[in-house]
Amino acid sequence: MTRFQPDRRELLAGAFATGALTLGGTSLAHARTANDRKLVVVILRGAMDGLAALIPAAEPRYRDLRQDLAISGGFDVGEGFRLHPRLTNLHRFWNDRELVLLPATATGYRERSHFDGQDYLEAGSQVIRDGWLNRALQVSANRPTSVGIGQTVPLILRGDAATTSWSPGILPDPSDGTIERLMDLYAGDSRLAETLAMAVETDAIADGMLMNDMGTGGGGPGQAYLQTARAAANLLAAPDGPGLAVISLDGWDTHVRQGSDDGQLANRLGALDAALAILRDGLQAQWSDTAVLVLTEFGRTVRANGSGGTDHGTAGTAFLLGGAVRGGRLIGDWPGLDTLHEDRDLVPANRTENLCRTVLAEHWGLDRRALDQRVFPGLGSSGFRGLIG
Amino acid sequence: MSRIETAIAVTRFGIGAQPGELAAIDGHGRDWLVDQIGRIDAIDRTGLRDARESIVYFRQEYQPRLAAIQNGTAENPGTARDELGRILRSGSAAHIAARTELALRTGTGFSERWIRFWSNHFSVAITSPPMALLAPTHELEAIRPNAFGRFEDLLIAAELHPAMLFYLDNAQSVGPNSRPGRRRGRGLNENLAREILELHTLGVDGGYSQDDIVSLAKLLTGWTIGNEQMRHSDDQIGRTVFDGRIHEPGAQTLLGQRFGGTARDQAPDALRMLARRPQTATFIATKLARHFIADTPDAVDIAHIRARFIATDGDLAALAQAVIAAPGAFTPEPRKFKTPEEYLVSAFRALNITQLRPRALGGSLRALGQIPFRAPSPAGWPDTESEWGGPDALMKRLDFANELARRAGANARPRERGPQILGSRLQGGTALAIAAAESAEQGLTLLLMSPEFLRR
Repeated sequence: MTRFQPDRRELLAGAFATGALTLGGTSLAHARTANDRKLVVVILRGAMDGLAALIPAAEPRYRDLRQDLAISGGFDVGEGFRLHPRLTNLHRFWNDRELVLLPATATGYRERSHFDGQDYLEAGSQVIRDGWLNRALQVSANRPTSVGIGQTVPLILRGDAATTSWSPGILPDPSDGTIERLMDLYAGDSRLAETLAMAVETDAIADGMLMNDMGTGGGGPGQAYLQTARAAANLLAAPDGPGLAVISLDGWDTHVRQGSDDGQLANRLGALDAALAILRDGLQAQWSDTAVLVLTEFGRTVRANGSGGTDHGTAGTAFLLGGAVRGGRLIGDWPGLDTLHEDRDLVPANRTENLCRTVLAEHWGLDRRALDQRVFPGLGSSGFRGLIG
Repeated sequence: MSRIETAIAVTRFGIGAQPGELAAIDGHGRDWLVDQIGRIDAIDRTGLRDARESIVYFRQEYQPRLAAIQNGTAENPGTARDELGRILRSGSAAHIAARTELALRTGTGFSERWIRFWSNHFSVAITSPPMALLAPTHELEAIRPNAFGRFEDLLIAAELHPAMLFYLDNAQSVGPNSRPGRRRGRGLNENLAREILELHTLGVDGGYSQDDIVSLAKLLTGWTIGNEQMRHSDDQIGRTVFDGRIHEPGAQTLLGQRFGGTARDQAPDALRMLARRPQTATFIATKLARHFIADTPDAVDIAHIRARFIATDGDLAALAQAVIAAPGAFTPEPRKFKTPEEYLVSAFRALNITQLRPRALGGSLRALGQIPFRAPSPAGWPDTESEWGGPDALMKRLDFANELARRAGANARPRERGPQILGSRLQGGTALAIAAAESAEQGLTLLLMSPEFLRR
């Protein structure tokens, strides 16, 4: 097992950042307003093939195992790894030292159901039934506001802390008078009353920003990804915009002909790459205070299946990027391809929750004990350090 | 029989009341439900392609145009691309219009809801160009004719329909030890097998292993769609065929049971076994109770439905009886938040709208967030308020209700309409709010956005 070592300069900076966060119980984040430290969580639904996104090109068995799925091109990121050739913006983030790569990562979930896998990723546990981001909001002293891009609040954001959802619409708005009367009508239905109040608030923020080219028209996965990313960037960048946004990009379940340098999965990775660039361009001034987590429920089989695709696997790849990130490096352990989990999947050598926990600690300055007790209970103490700062 | 039971029958188990419908049923709500069991209203199939026609149409119209664009021989690539989009949209738009129009005019709303439940249970969706044409045929051909038969027959019809074989990749799955498997390195695709166990029969906690998934995938090999490359006969093209040449030879063990029948019988035998497992009864009963009664159904309701499933070996007509006879079936408070499509249909029915321009229908479904045949995953559409009742979703419903009311204009008449469409379920507070509204249009918006209309 290889361990990617942070260099000395990074270690020092990491230690400094951690110290600063705990000194006197305040932090950089707390010194400013609640929504200044932007966090975006991107959920890739359907299980992205992590070995296609971050290619372990130097592994002796790589070509043998992947066969037609083996990728020839890509961008060298050291340690024997390459980024997929369509991830051109991620390569720029990498060169700008704004991208951290975590290979061979998985949540604690060890079965292969998308639905349970996504629930685990979003709840941070098999037994808890609310979202870990919502629990993070609950333990945060300054309570950033949050939004799920889409019609409903995704599980990762659900829970006792107030949160909302938003997507661009096409019909004219009802009058304020109608909304007021509806509020009165919902007096006896607290659930509807609360939901409507949150919707009205987010709509007001959205109305205050330039909503050009944000139609809901079709145009393939690329267009849908871009629209989602643009909606998130516009909301986050608004003067009274939220500090946390969650977006879901689906369609990663590549069971058939996923392709290699080109093809179906390559196109999707290209669309993801473009969406991430939209976040940076849309956030502009706030980008230096932004961290973006890109997560998926699990990885896919190392070998191709019988139809040129991959089936549900275990470990995959996670990205952390943003102007606030101390990037340009790989983190975690790398198990190699000599031994496979259950003779089919990449061995889960790292825990995705550890990455999330570190981001909450270092980016939002959340108390580590609260994180261990409330947000990710039972995760254990090992984690990553010095990812933000 | 009380009035409230009639209102519940039509709004909770049916598809929403048209003005006049509650009065006609009067106090006989339960009988009205029971009479519908086994009765399936005929859909107008004019202009609808079946699965085989869809596949042939795709091969004859779509593929040559796409090839022309790709190899640069298309005269006008821009127009040709638009044409491709039109071909794909034409398939689903006609099916959506036909099934929506049926829902808007039918007198058997419970039967339609029952069909839609099973269609969603065996969800297939538009995830690729061929599926744009194929997905809508599944409900029509596999679900509708079997919705009141035996669960095992519905299961076999649903899994072996071309749309499912294509959607979950079984059409491409090849037995690793079959001749094509050994010679050309093609092999197993476990997608359909996994979802059958997880989503269609046992449920994710139903006690199966990765080995069981592989065994079922092997049993399913050979079930594919007739095509030219494999030299199937003209009659087989575009239809489900069993092709023994790609079937995995030999017997397989699934859940401890050995399946060694003739190659062609293996998958149907395995599906029949899965249909009879008690875990399947539990899984189906829970989903039915969640869909018709409450997001978090009471254990007694699940137990009641489950017992009927086991006692009748999955007789779906008996199961429909069990759902409406469950202890919690007629609790007065509405415990279900309508899905966007249920909401749209009930709102149109409330306004006596039975004809829609396809563009208006498509736009409304898109705005509300649920386009038929586009469920986000093989699990189908979600079925709880936490999934559908988000702040933005509520806002989109309000925009939609507001627009309907604006178009209704003088025809809004919310004070008469409230009791007509909600009967005894109309709450005093809503009636007061409507009476005090500043216009009839606003009153109608409030009626369509009232808690008792958003829920069922």
